[in-house]
Amino acid sequence: MANLDRTARSFLLSELAQGMSLTLRTLFRRKYTLNYPYEKGPLSPRFRGEHVLRRYPNGEERCIACKLCEAICPAQAITIEAEPREDGSRRTTRYDIDMTKCIYCGYCQEACPVDAIVEGPNFEFAAETREELFYNKAKLLANGDRWEPEIAANIALDAPYR
Amino acid sequence: MADFLNIYVLPAAWIVGGVILIVVPILLSVAYLTLAERKVIGWMQLRKGPNVVGPFGLLQPIADGLKLFFKETIIPSGANRVLFILAPVVTFVLSLAAWAVIPFGAGIVLSDINVGFLYLFAISSLGVYGIIIAGWASNSKYAFLGALRSAAQMVSYEVSIGFVIITVLLSVGSLNLSKIVMAQAGGIHHWFAFSPLLPMFVVFFISALAETNRAPFDLPEAEAELVSGYNVEYSAMTFAMFFLGEYANMILMSGMTSILFLGGWTSPLPFAPFTWLPGPLWFALKIAAVLFVFLWVRATFPRYRYDQLMRLGWKVFIPLSLLWVVLTAGWLLIFDKVPPAGGV
Repeated sequence: MANLDRTARSFLLSELAQGMSLTLRTLFRRKYTLNYPYEKGPLSPRFRGEHVLRRYPNGEERCIACKLCEAICPAQAITIEAEPREDGSRRTTRYDIDMTKCIYCGYCQEACPVDAIVEGPNFEFAAETREELFYNKAKLLANGDRWEPEIAANIALDAPYR
Repeated sequence: MADFLNIYVLPAAWIVGGVILIVVPILLSVAYLTLAERKVIGWMQLRKGPNVVGPFGLLQPIADGLKLFFKETIIPSGANRVLFILAPVVTFVLSLAAWAVIPFGAGIVLSDINVGFLYLFAISSLGVYGIIIAGWASNSKYAFLGALRSAAQMVSYEVSIGFVIITVLLSVGSLNLSKIVMAQAGGIHHWFAFSPLLPMFVVFFISALAETNRAPFDLPEAEAELVSGYNVEYSAMTFAMFFLGEYANMILMSGMTSILFLGGWTSPLPFAPFTWLPGPLWFALKIAAVLFVFLWVRATFPRYRYDQLMRLGWKVFIPLSLLWVVLTAGWLLIFDKVPPAGGV
């Protein structure tokens, strides 16, 4: 009897019809595609994208050249050189990040005692040459000026959890 | 001189005009069938499908075609150059040549020959040569194995397609495609798809999937597990020829399905609003419907294993269709319904 049942099923193509009806119903369902360059998915405040060097509201750069980020960087993507400025404060003369080495782990921003180096929400920084991805201090500070509102908001949102 | 013009030049011009009138729409439909395929499969996978090139992605096939056209044609150093180039041409030309006998409407057919189905069957059998030549001329073991696999698949399912066609021919009494359509004229209840031939309709459709190397029998497209098929060594325009041929064959098979089982160009309901549509339009609509099922099946079922494919062809479809030939013949004889020679 079970044999007959199975034979009847296979000859009446009932399972095939079930599968076909499923795909036909799916045809009319709402599509999940995001039209990427025009539509974007939500990002967490913790999202780790392109690096920035931040400034204090008075325009003074935050980085104090402690080199903790350079030390903790597992990919050794960060290179820092520092010497005292005329006013005696300790500042970097060179702050380079090789974005092709960086693994976007976020340890640099965890290590930073003054929230100077932060990974921002920008992930669309693809370039046509390798050289464009060797970021220097000027580029990082410019990024900081550009993304400061978003980054400040993200840090405020994430503050209760740390 | 006037005789020469009337006897040779004018008829030739008519034929060439007819060929162009058939070939150009077919190539356009092939182009847009690829877009329809990507759209339908995308929708069934909850994606949107191509929608960037032109409005609704309507220029996508043109972009794809241009890309293939401007790519470099690579001929492997060990290949037989002449046969290597000839194989895709054979496949492509054969897939277009078959359209010569397809009736698009009452009397709208390039050559209304009485052995129409025999011609169709011969042409579609010749298609295997393109594949075998491609595999052999590539001088690559993967292409060769793939060619043998595809050829065996097509030959196996051609047998059951042959038996299915015999059941229809027995009921019509003619090999002429126009007569096969006219035997089903007068509405949906006269179609062979809704007669005792319904199982043969299903067998024919599934065999058509296998015959055109389509999912779930698309072993030549199994890049990951089977190193594709006969077309591994092909690139650019030569590859595009195979692609065009394959899709033109799909449309041809859909056309054959609608002629054999869905009443060809006749309208499904024999009264006013439906009979206003011209025959070719009904034919195109039926082909589009069958093609949609082709795509639908592809989006639904996983690929058959090679031994399952052979088992289905030889141990299920051939006995079943042979049985149906006997049943149809017996039924026609017992109830004295044998059609007169030359059709009803």
